[in-house]
Amino acid sequence: MKLIFEISQRHRHAAVQAPRPTDISLDIPKELRRTSEPQWPEVSELQVVRHYTQLSLRNFSIDTNFYPLGSCTMKYNPRGVHKLAMTREFLQRHPLAPVEQSQGFLSCAYDLQQMLASICGMAAVSLTPMAGAQGEFAGVAMIRAYHQDRGDHGRTEILCPDAAHGTNPASAVMCGYTVKELPTGADGNTDLERLKAMVGPQTAGIMLTNPSTLGVFDQNIKEVARIVHEAGGLLYYDGANLNAILGKVRPGDMGFDVIHLNLHKTFATPHGGGGPGSGPVGVSQRLKPYLPIPMVTRDEQGYRWLTEQDCPKTIGRLSTFMGNAGIVLRAYIYCRLLGKDGLHRVGEFATLNANYLMVKLQQAGFTLAYPQRRASHEFIITLAKQAKNLGVNAMDFAKRLLDYGVHAPTTYFPLLIPECLLIEPTETESKEELDRFIDIMIALLDEAQNTPETLKNAPHSLPVRRLDDVKAARELNLTWQPGE
Amino acid sequence: MPYIPHTEHDIQTMLETIGVTGIQELFDEIPKALRIESLEGIPEGLGEMDVSRLMLEKAAQDRRGVCFIGAGAYEHHIPAAVWDIASRGEFMTAYTPYQAEASQGTLQLLYEYQTMMAHLLSMDVSNASLYDGASALAEAVLMAVRANRHSHSKRILVLGSLHPHYLQTVQSIVRAQQIEIEVIPFSAQQGTVDPATLAAYDQQDITALVIPQPNFFGGLEAVDALTQWAHAHKALTIAVVNPVAMAVLKEPGQWGDSGADIACGEGQPLGIPLSSGGPYFGFITCKQEYVRQMPGRIIGCTVDSNGKRGFSLTLQAREQHIRRSKATSNICTNQGLAVTAATIFMSLIGFDGLKKVAENCYANTHRLESLLTQISGVERLFTGPYFHEVALRLPCKVEPVLQQLLAADIQGGIDISPYYDSLKQENALLVCATETKTDADLVYFAEQLKRALHSTV
Amino acid sequence: MNHVPSELRYSKSHEWVRLEGNGIAIVGITDHAQSLLGDLVYVELPEVDTSLKAGDEAGVVESVKAASDVYTPVSGEILEINEALATAPELVNDDPYGHGWLFKIQLDDENELEELLDSDGYEEMIAADDH
Repeated sequence: MKLIFEISQRHRHAAVQAPRPTDISLDIPKELRRTSEPQWPEVSELQVVRHYTQLSLRNFSIDTNFYPLGSCTMKYNPRGVHKLAMTREFLQRHPLAPVEQSQGFLSCAYDLQQMLASICGMAAVSLTPMAGAQGEFAGVAMIRAYHQDRGDHGRTEILCPDAAHGTNPASAVMCGYTVKELPTGADGNTDLERLKAMVGPQTAGIMLTNPSTLGVFDQNIKEVARIVHEAGGLLYYDGANLNAILGKVRPGDMGFDVIHLNLHKTFATPHGGGGPGSGPVGVSQRLKPYLPIPMVTRDEQGYRWLTEQDCPKTIGRLSTFMGNAGIVLRAYIYCRLLGKDGLHRVGEFATLNANYLMVKLQQAGFTLAYPQRRASHEFIITLAKQAKNLGVNAMDFAKRLLDYGVHAPTTYFPLLIPECLLIEPTETESKEELDRFIDIMIALLDEAQNTPETLKNAPHSLPVRRLDDVKAARELNLTWQPGE
Repeated sequence: MPYIPHTEHDIQTMLETIGVTGIQELFDEIPKALRIESLEGIPEGLGEMDVSRLMLEKAAQDRRGVCFIGAGAYEHHIPAAVWDIASRGEFMTAYTPYQAEASQGTLQLLYEYQTMMAHLLSMDVSNASLYDGASALAEAVLMAVRANRHSHSKRILVLGSLHPHYLQTVQSIVRAQQIEIEVIPFSAQQGTVDPATLAAYDQQDITALVIPQPNFFGGLEAVDALTQWAHAHKALTIAVVNPVAMAVLKEPGQWGDSGADIACGEGQPLGIPLSSGGPYFGFITCKQEYVRQMPGRIIGCTVDSNGKRGFSLTLQAREQHIRRSKATSNICTNQGLAVTAATIFMSLIGFDGLKKVAENCYANTHRLESLLTQISGVERLFTGPYFHEVALRLPCKVEPVLQQLLAADIQGGIDISPYYDSLKQENALLVCATETKTDADLVYFAEQLKRALHSTV
Repeated sequence: MNHVPSELRYSKSHEWVRLEGNGIAIVGITDHAQSLLGDLVYVELPEVDTSLKAGDEAGVVESVKAASDVYTPVSGEILEINEALATAPELVNDDPYGHGWLFKIQLDDENELEELLDSDGYEEMIAADDH
């Protein structure tokens, strides 16, 4: 398909989209003025509409495809939520608008803070982090602020399981910590003996996901919390997998001191082709003074902002205004639609779907990474056997699934399971859709045995075949130039 | 059940397949003491109709009247096609384009976005976006520390005329990495930084200099002289710019003899609604030589196994999912949907249109300034040229005046005195009038301000 | 089977060292290391004149799906780096012990080489890793 620049014609404008020329001439010194014109497209409105509509058709999305992408919780994003969040008054509210003209938005943010705190079993929540990774940063920064505030300066290490998301160690390093990798036990639980050996007066905290990225619930969690707390460290909960336990278990009850949530996963806000996300943080009582600003509070006059004046120990501001407010609004609306019973059922049906899929795939001949364990909301199959015997690897399966109109599961993560697919169906998929996926997987297994080339060369039916990533990285072409 | 499609029959069949008697049994690996039976503190669920009513009631409590607030977020006209197309499920409900073959729509769009941003700023390369303007600057500072191999001090100079929230954000994000942020005071007359002030740092090891253009007060910094100073002292130049202003102001790639090294800023003015501060998107661009230090996702053009053009994420080995604790940043997402809207916006409006927007913003704010300064006691706080925002001095405290304007359905700007020690004694108001304001709006504002001052002074 | 020349010395982190005489050595990564990484797309090298201790990070080799630190197996001062790798990182894949060398180093102490693995030792190590 052509680039928008390649359908451009000199002096063609979408005239109705620009304001009228002005009669004031710019009184700006010449040396501060722009002199060149950038190579931007010059196209009509219809050309723009058609170009981007056609581009959209070259995407997989939840609205068009089953998306069993482990760790990403690709559930249905309700249309009603989007439509209401796009109400004119919400869109037109300036972030610095006076609180008198903001009570509607502020009340939603305040109520969401309260609801998320209840859901997680935490004392307080700040909504400002703009994505999961920024929530992680905020969480670890609060752990750091807590230790420093107590004059406990010897704590320089954060522990992360070897199966952790890459953002965990990266966030800890951004907060000035050294990361120590904690090995996982053979059953998928934290190895308590190794943990005991690794904690000490140097331990600032531990970052955990539970259920873990291996798709199992860490049964030792209370013991982990005890060991880390006794060593003087704090526990950080990566909320990536909260969908598995929503309404069933609260991270606060497990002993966690700080948590971030991914509203774009558990609370069904759209992924948008890679963002915006939103990563609110919740904390136990002792970390409350350090929460990032701004937050919303309520007093006799109504709702108002909490800023640095109210929270002198805050880790500070993480965005120009208050993070991804529009996403916060969507999560609020989602919570109101589902209510307490609806939210409670999310974890149940996400788990039901995952376990059903896991059992059926095992029956079909696939190898589970943890066959003796229940699936949480996701599970792992390993194709190590197929890779060795048939020369067909996890990537080949993933690419071939695309031909069948199914988005590939997460591949090659977590790193410690060879040739793995991490599969998360979510609660919004019907049994028919799961059965269709199982049939496709069986067909793929058959292809792997009989016509392995079909897999190795997949995909066959998409707009492009497999792309040359090596060329992309060696001969960087990141910007279109005229004449290309 | 909301958004759960299972029939009772489905549930029974699935449970039998798994070999359990009820859903609760699926949670049997979770210690009993930890399990809860129901969620407290959450209201009962509502149907879509009832939630609609609730949300419209809430919306009615927000925004009335005319907005003259800028300060980092600007009201611009957004063509209807922008969000109509961006809200297509194929864009809105897609995941990060890791599976390139199933994401060519998003990937090509992001490549087009990177191209438009790089060309707008006359920089070599752009990434696929960061969270917002302030956090993009924080990433730019971290990037400069990695990229400037001549400097070992990790000292960053920031013009004092930078948006105060940007400064605060940078400080909270880089604090733990022993990076020192030093603020250069702005001139009390000009509201901009006199490049001669930098002479105090002539003999020192400086990693980078942060230059906002326009600055927080709408004023225009001497970008050439500042960039020259930075380069003469082996410091990198980080530009923080408003993308709409770039239609008329000298773009970072042209600053000084060799251009800014990194240019970043807030993308909101490019088709993103005000929406309480987000989701917006941050942009970051740089010279080719620093591309490997650039954080976040980057899209490259390549070919498929048949030699056909295609697009994919590239330079991923710098990112957290591969490099883990050694990644350039912990950043994982970009603001894909906002960037989708911005790309459609830029295509629709074209550079010619963007220039008209910029000129109208300039014209409206200057007209407003001339109307307001005709009121007795109202004058400009600073001299010197400005773009589409201007700081005014009122004859009395700002807050009560804003309250009175509010009663007349005017959001009359913001009180900036509390942000700066040097302005604490001033009654400083920052106002902005974009292309969305009519002559009647401007006149009405002037009338109401006059009335408010009359009753307050 | 990966090529392991017998005249070189090896580190556990898969670098090789060749003594050039006059206390100068050349360092690269092994055939085994390059084959594990796959097609390299970028090589980051130390700056000339920097002094490094054995075990210090001396650069990064990057493929599409992995990035791996390079550690200098010996202490000394960097004399020269392989500039060709800036535009042709594939040299490391194609000729890891020849045109794909990484840097030249002025050794602080030639005896350090004795602490490294010989080719038999390195072959044993990678054979053990495979199981």
